[in-house]
Amino acid sequence: MVTAAQKPEALDPHDQVETVDAKALNTRVTGALYKKREKIFPRRVAGTFRNLKWVVMAVTLTVYYLAPWLRWDRAGDAPDQAILIDIPARRFYFFFIEIWPQEVYYITGILVIAALALFLFTSIAGRVWCGYTCPQTVWVDLFLIVERFIDGDRNSRMRLETARWGLAKIFKRVVKHGIWLMIAALTGGAWVFYFADAPSLLVDLFTLQAGEVAYITVAVLTATTYSLGGLAREQVCTYMCPWPRIQAAMIDEESLIISYQERRGEPRGRGGQRDALGDCVSCNQCVVVCPMGIDIRDGMQLECISCALCVDACNSVMDKIGKPRGLIGYNTLSNFAEGSELKRSDLRLFRPRTIVYGVLIAVVGVIMLAALVTRPSLELNVQRDRNPLFVNLSSGDIRNGYTVKILNKLHDTRQFRLQVDGLKAAKIRVIGREDGAALFTVKPDRLASFRVLIATPKASLKDETTDIRLRVIDAENGTTAHNDTVFRGPKP
Amino acid sequence: MTDKPIDDVSGVVTTGHEWDGIRELDTPMPRWWLWTYYACVIWAIGYWIAMPAWPLVSDYTRGVLGHSQRAQLSGEIAAVKAGQADLTARTAKASLAEIKADAELLEFALAGGRSAYAVNCSQCHGSGAAGSDGYPNLNDDDWIWGGTVEQIHATIQYGIRADHDDTRDNEMPAFGRDEMLDPQQVDAVSDYVMALSRDDGVADTLPGKALYTEHCVDCHGPGGAGNMELGAPKLRDGIWLYQGDKAMVVDMITNSRAGMMPAWVDRLDKVTLKQLAVYIHSLGGGA
Repeated sequence: MVTAAQKPEALDPHDQVETVDAKALNTRVTGALYKKREKIFPRRVAGTFRNLKWVVMAVTLTVYYLAPWLRWDRAGDAPDQAILIDIPARRFYFFFIEIWPQEVYYITGILVIAALALFLFTSIAGRVWCGYTCPQTVWVDLFLIVERFIDGDRNSRMRLETARWGLAKIFKRVVKHGIWLMIAALTGGAWVFYFADAPSLLVDLFTLQAGEVAYITVAVLTATTYSLGGLAREQVCTYMCPWPRIQAAMIDEESLIISYQERRGEPRGRGGQRDALGDCVSCNQCVVVCPMGIDIRDGMQLECISCALCVDACNSVMDKIGKPRGLIGYNTLSNFAEGSELKRSDLRLFRPRTIVYGVLIAVVGVIMLAALVTRPSLELNVQRDRNPLFVNLSSGDIRNGYTVKILNKLHDTRQFRLQVDGLKAAKIRVIGREDGAALFTVKPDRLASFRVLIATPKASLKDETTDIRLRVIDAENGTTAHNDTVFRGPKP
Repeated sequence: MTDKPIDDVSGVVTTGHEWDGIRELDTPMPRWWLWTYYACVIWAIGYWIAMPAWPLVSDYTRGVLGHSQRAQLSGEIAAVKAGQADLTARTAKASLAEIKADAELLEFALAGGRSAYAVNCSQCHGSGAAGSDGYPNLNDDDWIWGGTVEQIHATIQYGIRADHDDTRDNEMPAFGRDEMLDPQQVDAVSDYVMALSRDDGVADTLPGKALYTEHCVDCHGPGGAGNMELGAPKLRDGIWLYQGDKAMVVDMITNSRAGMMPAWVDRLDKVTLKQLAVYIHSLGGGA
């Protein structure tokens, strides 16, 4: 048996590993159902997954803050903002796509795809959404950077927490919460730029010219960002978010989870009889880096957001003591149950569950794409007069009234002809068009409403109702749209 | 009840109630809840002082802020009216033909006319202006006193048989009641009039034609063409002010009948009257 005492000339790598006397705050074995929140002070950690998380954070925050500032040239007097939810004008712009409010199904489709993608990624890799991309995780990370910058890492933060209130503590607290509030205000501030022209709204916000809705939105989002990301943190995931409950249904035995190799690690500990011990040196680094306050060695827990920071922590310890990495790492649930390690061959990306989700995503995507490509540039809505149902004219003709609405979704002024199918000897008259002009002019990107009176001799009606079809035809390019309605008359 | 039992697990006092070994915790209300409750109480007291709150015998407490929803509404209406000032002024100056020719004024007139119609006219003429027994249908092209927008404007302003000097007025004789025609003659004229309305070519062969030419043609015109100057309805079409059966025609010739419409010139402002005329004219029957 080789111990450090017997070979003093060789520096024992185990001594380079700091052991922290820490217990997980959220364990499975706490007795009381009700307990006061205990603050978690996650320690900084470096490693592959931490770097990956930094990248994800940089990308998502960049997209969030900069997207409203992208410009996109559009014809006519349409706004030049690439992504814009224009509520007063009731338009949604997304680069080359423009959506009218009644086409909200495009957004529904995107949400369906987003939900299915969430299911797919969860069934493959567990809670990757929670661990890497969820705004709660990203903003908590952002707030933690500030906290570490002001208060230092875990130990000094813990000291500061219990320290007596003095000038230094008050100063640090004021600075920390001040910066948090600024980040929160910037978060809420960025949100409103999606709903108005960003450059002019920015000026309006600072010159107090913006609408009160903008200020209320910024205030509400500032409050929620500050309280959820800065104060509530892990409580949001554990107690408020429904997703951890739902995702249990998405995970199967092939899904990846973060797990501890119990067979390799146990019995954990350090000291004399090292050969009798497993690889876990009980340094508790995995516990102190955990933002959720759990001990991953206790197994799969509902609090775990799969952020993989314990993996980084453990890997760096294993590197130091010269043991292979992966004592804590991604593993499938079935491997975890057997106690075996993850091999490349264990990864089964294609299995019924993922194939079903993938196919569904493809189907919805194709439907959406087809709908978008064939999106009509012209629509016609017709409302029939119901009071009176029909009018007798002194000539013996029967007249019906219709409100005809033409939606021009192009950014050009267009002219349309109106045609009635299915009615013999129909005479069309448009109110306000006594000059008899047969063309309807509709301004770019607008809906125009016309009152149209259609008359026909009583003799041409065979029944109380006659099915007719109103058709508008673009005078220039021949695009048509039609709407089926009826023509009513007296009992023959 | 001094020493209530303490629950071992939570350390909270219980109420002492027990059902099958399950004891009820007496957990205090969360502090923030309690404070919210107190804040609401304070808010309510402030509200009583600031806002109208308590009913009195014939009045109510006004509140120091003097808030009134009615005043707020009239303020909002006044603001909308002020926003329309330009359109209103232009409508007041424009002739009816000019209003119809100007797209903006036309839209304003149709919107204003529609709401004025709903408030003032729909009670008799119906919400869809389809009229009813004795109240003309305003959608069709059969007008008693004329269907140009100017004639409609005049009818609305001065009414029919109304208490106004310029009102449209006429009276059809009660041929039967005043013994100008005997019942057989009334019946013959009625047959002739019904045939005119059917327009099936048999009218000229009927014996009532001579009586019609003698008594009716001065007002209703040859062949029942009607006369809008006199307000004599056209008889040649299938449109009737009252039900179009023979019994009604007999009754009409025997006893005569006349409706009335109020003069609106003193009740509505000039702009509204113009808007109403343009709106009614737009319903489709206007000449």
